[in-house]
Amino acid sequence: MTVHTKGSGTTWVGRSIRRLEDPALVTGRGRFTADMPATHWVRFVRSSVAAGTIENITAPERAGIVTAKDLAKLKPIRPMLSKFNYVAVGQPILADGVVRFTGESIAAVYAPSKDQAEDIADQVEVEISEGAPLIDAMDALAEGAPLVHADTKHNVIVEGRIATPGFEDVWKTAHKVLHVEARSHRQNATPMETRAGHAAYDGSTGRVTLTCTTQMPHLTRTAVCDILGIPESDLRVVAPDVGGGFGQKMSLAPEYVLLVWLARKLRSSVAWTEDRRENLIASFHSRDQHVQLEGAFDKSGKLLALRGDIVANIGAYSCFPTTCGVEPLMALAELPGPYDVRAYDCRSRGVMTNTCPMAPYRGVSRPVITFVLERLMDKAAAAFGIEPTELRRRNLIDKFPYTSATGLVFDDGSYKETMEMAIKAIDLDAFRKRQKIARDAGRYLGIGFATFSERTGYGSPAFAARGMEITPGFETVYLTIDPSGFVEARIGSSPHGQGLRTSLAQIIADEIGIDPEFIKVVHGDTDRSPYGWGTFASRSLVLSGGASLLAAQKIRAKLLKMASHFLEAAPEDITLQSGSAHVIGTDRSVTIASMARAAYHQTHIFKGEIEPGLTETGTYDPSGTFSNACHVAIVEVDIETGRVEMEKFLVVEDAGLIINPMIADGQVHGGVAQGIGNALLEEIIYDETGNILTSTLADFLPPTTHEIPEIELHHVETLTGNSITKAKGLGEGGAIGAPAAVISAINDALSPFGISIDEMPATPQRIRAALRSSGKLPSNGKLA
Amino acid sequence: MTSARPVHFTVNGAAATVTVEPRTTLADALRNELRLTGTHLGCEHGVCGACTVIVDGAAVRGCLVLAAQAEGREITTVEGLGSAAHLSALQLAFRKHHALQCGFCTAGILTTAHALLTEEPHADEDRIREVISGNLCRCTGYLPIIAAIMEARIAYRDVQCEAAQ
Repeated sequence: MTVHTKGSGTTWVGRSIRRLEDPALVTGRGRFTADMPATHWVRFVRSSVAAGTIENITAPERAGIVTAKDLAKLKPIRPMLSKFNYVAVGQPILADGVVRFTGESIAAVYAPSKDQAEDIADQVEVEISEGAPLIDAMDALAEGAPLVHADTKHNVIVEGRIATPGFEDVWKTAHKVLHVEARSHRQNATPMETRAGHAAYDGSTGRVTLTCTTQMPHLTRTAVCDILGIPESDLRVVAPDVGGGFGQKMSLAPEYVLLVWLARKLRSSVAWTEDRRENLIASFHSRDQHVQLEGAFDKSGKLLALRGDIVANIGAYSCFPTTCGVEPLMALAELPGPYDVRAYDCRSRGVMTNTCPMAPYRGVSRPVITFVLERLMDKAAAAFGIEPTELRRRNLIDKFPYTSATGLVFDDGSYKETMEMAIKAIDLDAFRKRQKIARDAGRYLGIGFATFSERTGYGSPAFAARGMEITPGFETVYLTIDPSGFVEARIGSSPHGQGLRTSLAQIIADEIGIDPEFIKVVHGDTDRSPYGWGTFASRSLVLSGGASLLAAQKIRAKLLKMASHFLEAAPEDITLQSGSAHVIGTDRSVTIASMARAAYHQTHIFKGEIEPGLTETGTYDPSGTFSNACHVAIVEVDIETGRVEMEKFLVVEDAGLIINPMIADGQVHGGVAQGIGNALLEEIIYDETGNILTSTLADFLPPTTHEIPEIELHHVETLTGNSITKAKGLGEGGAIGAPAAVISAINDALSPFGISIDEMPATPQRIRAALRSSGKLPSNGKLA
Repeated sequence: MTSARPVHFTVNGAAATVTVEPRTTLADALRNELRLTGTHLGCEHGVCGACTVIVDGAAVRGCLVLAAQAEGREITTVEGLGSAAHLSALQLAFRKHHALQCGFCTAGILTTAHALLTEEPHADEDRIREVISGNLCRCTGYLPIIAAIMEARIAYRDVQCEAAQ
């Protein structure tokens, strides 16, 4: 491949180079946690009831078993927030006397093989005195409701309110008020690799290496060591190839703590691989929210004020490190979305129930609030008798920086431009004609638009605003050219499918003039990587990318200084390209590899003017930046069955400068597919006793090839000053906008029936129930 | 347990013997006994397709077949499709089209596609969609996977031509 680097006008950044990650993964040579052999295999005995008191645990004779009484010295998992009336509750590693959700670990048994551990676990008898479980958050809010944690005063564990001054005065001036009562049902991120951990004790050093499926290796080390009361130097955490996470793997798994404890006790290696049922009932859930939203509009359809009330069911415990405030507080701060609205009054509560704990899942609340807000905008458009896109046109922000009613500062974006492009690309007018013809023939086509912002690359100030005791943010990169001339970038982010190794190599390559294939990006090992926060919240390309650029700029400066010495030319006359330093306009050059060798082995030649070695550090901690997009869905609804056929999906996305278009498109495609699944299929269902009815992948339904239509994708690149690489994040946007667009399209299709589907997922059952309630189902082929 | 007994089969062209209990699945035998860990387990109840291996030319779920049922059979796993230094046409197409992200489901999709295209090198897009609908991927949204399989068909046609000659 002939590609020129900086100085010759062509860059690696912006090219769809093939991923450096792929050769191992397509040949079965990837290394995942569950692939590792172990001396002991662990199986967790989990609660079959949602609430109760443990009366007795009986294990077969000579069984290796751990219960809460063995772990008395361990601290519980107790993440903290300093704001929002947060009530700190502790989660024991194994249930200690009380069980609070179906699937909670009560005991851990271990045996030489997984099969044997399962056999033993089946023989462990647990007697539980059952209590009355709280499953729905609304029940947990009721006066006199039982308490999920007896040491709290109520089940509201976090509560925030934002009310702008003079709200009521604005509200009174409304021409029209529209109302949405929406329900987002519970979902599970469902990475294809379930969680797994492997803890190996080193007899000579007393150290344990925990290999696990985490998105946050360093924070896992901190958390496990805090709980066990051991120095962090006694634990190494490795995240090898990780098979997707989508947020579920960023929260601390109590199971990992048990594994490290047990490896130290047995002075051996112990492993656990979660099975799919455990993943679906007892990993982490999300998106379980009730949202009430009212919008006050003036005569012209301009949104004047928003009033909201959000209730997030956060389950039985608070996840580490984000706390269970992550969903309700994200919703509170970001509900107004990309619309210019100055008056805002919203309350948001996180409520404990006897259900699996909530944790971040791709988009964190924004898939829910975008769906609710876009329902409001669609209803308003109908009330004003205008196209939904026209109502949005009158309300989207278009002057930057824009400070929202909740105090968020939006950097440069293209909210209106992306929507106008989408309208044109999808040909809205032509669709409306086609829709009318279809309706006359008894077919129900619909189109839905979603416009939204995606806050990405949060630095520490953004998390500090939430009052988190642990404030993630910065990323650090150690960049080294070693004596062999090869490059190693050690990063604190922890990608697990995002292709970040490739994207970072492209950013570094442009600075230092060495092709990406010679740049190894190392991550996911606390012994090798700088302390960092891992990969989540669409942050890694912005933060690790920025840190990579800063480190590479320093290496570049040093290489130019060295080349100046070798080539006897001024640094500004030298270019770095294809592995060599060249004096511009001459044939004089020196290879970077030979300079690297000299940096270590012949330091005397620099006469003390250049420091030995070739390692630089970059750290980046920006304020954050907003990506934006417009999503369009076209669907056909079969009114007889309630089935939704996805006809087409279109995305106009603005994530700033695109580093690798192929990888960026992949993130959008994958996010949209998850969003379609969230919108149509995926639902964790509890019965009234707290038992989960959707504990297999035949019941909880991620989308297949059948549900994913053609996805047309366009990019706009608004260059922001808030990211030094000019790249914004885009890992979550696909999943944020798609549910709103799909449900909007369903409602558009069914508009002749005068119904509103305000639940996610919009399953055939829900659609049929709404259609039946309309009283307008056709008899003899005609609308009633 | 007491009842482990030997099972003989061929894996990726080489004879193999595993000594396993009757209840041991083929996927577990490949992973744990032969250390062929490229075959992944995503659900262990036959839905996700991650564990798909090829047995006597047919794509089967490694989690639903017992190792004992593989006695005398010819098995191909993802490790038998190509090497990092010499990727097969299908593997190259997956890389080119970004048909994988985390890579966990990939082995099962590659084996499924390999079995399909070996039998039906002219499979159209609908047929490919139908067959791959038995495999779950949570990262890619499937479209690049379908594009990659479409592109790889030509290589399988060439193989068929050679066989015919």
